[in-house]
Amino acid sequence: MLHEPISETGTDRSIPKKTRLGIFMFLFYMVVYAGFVFIGMMFPRAMGAEVIGGQNLAAVYGFGLILLAVLMGLIYNFLCTRYENRMNAGGAE
Amino acid sequence: MIYQVSFTAIVIFGIFVLSVLGLSFFFARKAKSASGYYAAGGQIHWLVNGIAFAGDYLSAASFLGICGMIAFFGYDGFLYSIGYLAGWVVALFLVAEPLKRMGKYTFADALDAKFNSRSIKLTAAISTLVVSIFYLIPQMVGAGALVTPLLGLPHWIGVVIVGSVVIFIVATAGMTSTTYVQFIKGALLIVFSFALVVMVLNKGINLSPSKEYHRFVTLEASLSAGRVQGVAHPDYRVLGQHREGELTFVKLERNGVTSWWKLAAAGAKPILEEALSIVSLEDGTVLYNGEPKENRKFYQVGHVNKIVVDGKEVAATGPLGPFAFLNRIKDSEITRFTSKAFRFGSENVRLFYQNVTPGREVIKPGLYYKLDKGATIWSRLDFLSLMLALFLGTSALPHILIRYYTVPSQRAARKSTIVAISAIGLFYILTLFMGTGAMINGGLDVQNSNMSAPLLAKTFGLTLFSIISAIAFATILGTVSGLIVAASGAVAHDLMDKFLKIEMSEKGKVKAGRIAAVAVGIVAIILGIIFEKQNVNFLVGLAFAIAASANLPAILMLLFWKKTTSRGISWAISVGVLSSLGIILFSPTLYEIYGLSPAQAPIPLQNPGIISIPLGFITLVVASLLTGKRAAKKA
Repeated sequence: MLHEPISETGTDRSIPKKTRLGIFMFLFYMVVYAGFVFIGMMFPRAMGAEVIGGQNLAAVYGFGLILLAVLMGLIYNFLCTRYENRMNAGGAE
Repeated sequence: MIYQVSFTAIVIFGIFVLSVLGLSFFFARKAKSASGYYAAGGQIHWLVNGIAFAGDYLSAASFLGICGMIAFFGYDGFLYSIGYLAGWVVALFLVAEPLKRMGKYTFADALDAKFNSRSIKLTAAISTLVVSIFYLIPQMVGAGALVTPLLGLPHWIGVVIVGSVVIFIVATAGMTSTTYVQFIKGALLIVFSFALVVMVLNKGINLSPSKEYHRFVTLEASLSAGRVQGVAHPDYRVLGQHREGELTFVKLERNGVTSWWKLAAAGAKPILEEALSIVSLEDGTVLYNGEPKENRKFYQVGHVNKIVVDGKEVAATGPLGPFAFLNRIKDSEITRFTSKAFRFGSENVRLFYQNVTPGREVIKPGLYYKLDKGATIWSRLDFLSLMLALFLGTSALPHILIRYYTVPSQRAARKSTIVAISAIGLFYILTLFMGTGAMINGGLDVQNSNMSAPLLAKTFGLTLFSIISAIAFATILGTVSGLIVAASGAVAHDLMDKFLKIEMSEKGKVKAGRIAAVAVGIVAIILGIIFEKQNVNFLVGLAFAIAASANLPAILMLLFWKKTTSRGISWAISVGVLSSLGIILFSPTLYEIYGLSPAQAPIPLQNPGIISIPLGFITLVVASLLTGKRAAKKA
């Protein structure tokens, strides 16, 4: 079984930095998502316009939002792990 | 549609359910403490937990509901995929780690970690219960819908089977068993959905979906004074016609069998297009395409009317890549089926007529949500409200939140969320291909949009249909298990233990959780039977809206606003639950269920999020500022 041992959580000095990063990345994604909703709501015909390789804006933007979430998740994890390793060296977590 | 019970499907289904029960027995031995029951002892590996997250999240709504909605309405169903996935961004960037740091077993624990307030315990537990039950209803409805064609049993028996199996799983083993059931089911769902999409792309687009597919015919008609007098076929006799708005439907008879047709072109050359019909006669007899049910003449449908490749019409495309597939769909014409019900003499008639739609309309929003032609300010706000609720609802769902406590560290919580986003993202991309695949390959049951994904699998053979149906059933089992653990935690842990302060030993707490699981399960079974006719996706959208209105303001403001008070949180949860429920109860859809005219509904919104979510935040801020000032004065 892939069980991990229970580990105690000590003081994590990287919390403020991870929190700021999380808020920044959330706001960035929210703006991109809001753009999709705004175009769909106010300019629905624009969603049918061809943009790349014959694909319309709806397909490109929709797939883009899904892929962007995955990509940003990986970047977030990479940066958070780096903050934790750097700032908690010799300390907790 | 009229389904034929398959022995293979029953065997595969049986193997799945027995395997799940076996797994529960195995892990039941591990759940001896409250921590083991509610949070799997906090020992689950992040990779397992991440896939289990996906298994938990990819519910009946995701697999059955979204695929079905895409199959019937094209891209508008995919909006749910985008919104559901985007919600994980909020969970990952704002909620996952802080919540892991704060909580112990449940959502109420996390909120209460700072204040130790009885009102928070009470309101958070009630909110958890309300959201979980709203989320449970569509799962149970989906289970019933699935079991009917799979095992040939009535809807209510399907609901009872799912409820009983899940109660057994949860009451015996709790979160550990639930986690592994979700892990296996999540992995299987993604693997087999991927395989199904590969098969769809490999087949390409054909004018004739399969050898067995029903050939829809057209008849030339003769008109006089706007009425159809006859058809250019000696066997058919005109029995009557009915006008419904702009549309004219004609009743014909051939060899004693009646059928309904749509008058398609009333110009120089009028033609009649064959429609599917369900006719209830005065004596209670129901005819499917003019014949009794046992004759099995009500078939699955969905086909392409015209395929255009590089400006030329073709009969088939051959294998296609994913982007080429979407491009060919965009350039083609697809036959969708639109429903119309009316009374004809003493008969109640329900028709499903062919509605040829340009492919470019299918691959963009607008076939379900009125955003372009015929759009109103309310229809646009409804779209905005839905997208807002989906975006903000995920991170406030109690059964998702409790999964952060099953891993040992903040880092593991973060990693498992990223695994979940990747797995769920891949699955949601597949939904567009499964949905459109069902739309063009005869994967539609016009009576039940929830069956599109399994019926698409059926076009590739009975074995694949059996496996996909069994996975869909396991999908429901997994999600319902998670929801019942969350709801039983709210009752036994938050209400009985923390709020009412009933003295219980560790064993007593687990026993209380199990009894609560049985009680919640029974409530879910009853509601699943009552709500049989409701749309699965619509109900899940409501659960998201309630969660986003009641729980999210409390979670986010507690984490990011220092002036948040316990009163602010409990008031925000109360207002969020009550306002979202109130708007739902006075919405057009519920008015229709009450038997009233939807136009009379005082609030013309289907989804309450656009009003109730801001209201939750405003309540929290105002109540916190007021109670914070009072506390400061007292000090």
